[in-house]
Amino acid sequence: MSSLSTSQPLTRAEGAIIELSGVSKVYGQGRAAMQALAGVDLRIDPGDFVAVMGPSGSGKSTCLNIIGCLDVPSSGAHYFEGVDVGKLSHNQRALLRRHYLGFIFQGFNLLNRTSALENVELPLVYRGLPAPQRHERAQQALVAVGLQGWERHTPGELSGGQQQRVAIARAIVAGPVVVLADEPTGNLDSARSREIMEILTELNRKQGITIVMITHESDIAAYANRTIHFRDGHIERTEHNGGKV
Amino acid sequence: MLGNIIILALREIRRNVLRSFLTILGIIIGVAAVITMVTVGGSATAQIQQQIASMGSNLLMVMPGKRMGAGMEAGNVLFKEDDAVAIARDINSIAAVAPVSTRSLQAIFGNQNWTTQVTGSDNVFIGITNRAVKTGRQFTDNELRSGAAVCILGETVKTKLFGGQDAVGEKIRLQKLSCEVLGILEPKGQNTMGMDQDDVVIIPLKTLQRRVTGNQDVGVLYVSVSNNASTEKVQQELSVLMRERRHLSPSDDDNFNVMDMKEIAKMLTSTTQLLTALLSAVAAVSLLVGGIGIMNIMLVSVTERTREIGTRLAIGALEREVLLQFLIEAVVLSSLGGLLGIVLAMASSVLLTAVLNVPFIFNGSIIIISFLFSAAVGVIFGYMPAKKAARLNPIDALRYE
Ligand SMILES: Nc1ncnc2c1ncn2[C@@H]1O[C@H](COP(=O)(O)OP(=O)(O)OP(=O)(O)O)[C@@H](O)[C@H]1O
Ligand SMILES: [Mg+2]
Repeated sequence: MSSLSTSQPLTRAEGAIIELSGVSKVYGQGRAAMQALAGVDLRIDPGDFVAVMGPSGSGKSTCLNIIGCLDVPSSGAHYFEGVDVGKLSHNQRALLRRHYLGFIFQGFNLLNRTSALENVELPLVYRGLPAPQRHERAQQALVAVGLQGWERHTPGELSGGQQQRVAIARAIVAGPVVVLADEPTGNLDSARSREIMEILTELNRKQGITIVMITHESDIAAYANRTIHFRDGHIERTEHNGGKV
Repeated sequence: MLGNIIILALREIRRNVLRSFLTILGIIIGVAAVITMVTVGGSATAQIQQQIASMGSNLLMVMPGKRMGAGMEAGNVLFKEDDAVAIARDINSIAAVAPVSTRSLQAIFGNQNWTTQVTGSDNVFIGITNRAVKTGRQFTDNELRSGAAVCILGETVKTKLFGGQDAVGEKIRLQKLSCEVLGILEPKGQNTMGMDQDDVVIIPLKTLQRRVTGNQDVGVLYVSVSNNASTEKVQQELSVLMRERRHLSPSDDDNFNVMDMKEIAKMLTSTTQLLTALLSAVAAVSLLVGGIGIMNIMLVSVTERTREIGTRLAIGALEREVLLQFLIEAVVLSSLGGLLGIVLAMASSVLLTAVLNVPFIFNGSIIIISFLFSAAVGVIFGYMPAKKAARLNPIDALRYE
């Protein structure tokens, strides 16, 4: 187990899929200002599987939201496949999310009163896929997360773990390049957690999908290639897992 | 893509049955209220105008007493038949004059009885009040002069006493007077004040005076002004003539008055129009309240909808795709509400006009106006919250509270 300080700024390297350079995020203004991120430098190569750990409030979600183009940094640069995301418009960022990213939210964010199948179909609707293909692929994604037979159920009729799996199916259904997961096993018992982690590991190994995953549990983080530790809005250290699991 | 967005919009409507229903309900009530009020009001006004046209052209009524409504005062000096003769003789531009006296009496035939207005007058009265004898005949000069026991019945009286039976030639009793039915009047319907103009029995004036009232008095003089003459001028001349005949000094007030039926009718029309305007204003308020209801529903659901927008944006929806979906939702709900409102309005207008006994008159422009207004309300309030939310960073929309 080796650790590496990443406090020195990175130069823009060719081939990185995600790159953060001096990214800061401040919420609020004046005396109420809250520095959630304080100069984060991070480089993630295609096909990597990165776990993010750290105490509550250390800025993990904030960082992941920026990587996922759901939020913009207060300062610093964010590159996606070498493209400066800060220079993209609202719509261009939406298109980037549509075609490259899959997001698994901390609170699922499924549409209420909407069946699991329709929730999973949603990214495909915005990709303009015709209905028959949509159904088929959504169905496959639900099977992949072990939810066959639950297609017609709405989030209100599903357990937390099942909702989590619907959220995973929705994140992977459109074949993203990067999957960003905010505590994907946070609501699950260890058996279910292992199932979810096997799904994610398989996506990473077999399809080469880059994964960035926040977790509080080190045995979950151990599925990743490396673990980034956050503290007070910056990366404290990076830990390489060296082929564990 | 548009097809997909339409599907998303329709799904959202179907999923939120209560919200959709309340939105539609607000629009239905607003639209139906406005259209019904304006249509019924318009129909009532149109009927009054029809009645004015049917009232007989340029009819003046000379009545005893100072002003309209004060005719009930005791000590009013009534007219005599001579007054009618003098008016016809001394004033130019007069087509006809009819002296009229009325009494409310019970008419009896067999075991049927009916209390009605018995009008003592002549054939001229029938003509200038735009009546006509439908079956049977008018009075002869001889019957008028001699005060014969004959009568002409209005449709209502005929129906009450005879039902479907033939009445001409039969004898009815008016108080102690037994008189022969000469004819039946053409039905005329209600007048502008809602009184049944067919609830009448006409007998010769002489007959009424001799056999019923027992005096020579005449209650009202009906004066028909020639077609091309000025009603105001005749009104003035009538005033001068009557003052002269009644020996009033210049300092005395008139103890009679001349009413222009057209003026009264016009007054009534404008009153009806005012009423229609008022009702329409009330209805417009209900449309507005409906609109505010819609706004409320939209604002109440804005938290949930903002999160929904956040989710859609996070998944990769473009701002304009989200907005298009919300626009379609709003348009579909508003038009559906508008259409149902129109259907409801038509049904209630037809029903109300039937109950109020006025002809139903279709008013296309108010339908279009209220439909457009409601659609605008629905679209604006359905769309505006979305407009705000879709511009946010997805994460801010997702965190919205
Ligand atoms: N929208 C916001 N407005 C104000 N402050 C915020 C906002 N979002 C996050 N913060 C603050 O930023 C800091 C970092 O939050 P973040 O959600 O990134 O933490 P985290 O590491 O994901 O914590 P957890 O493990 O509890 O999820 C916290 O102190 C939080 O209070
Ligand atoms: Mg978090």
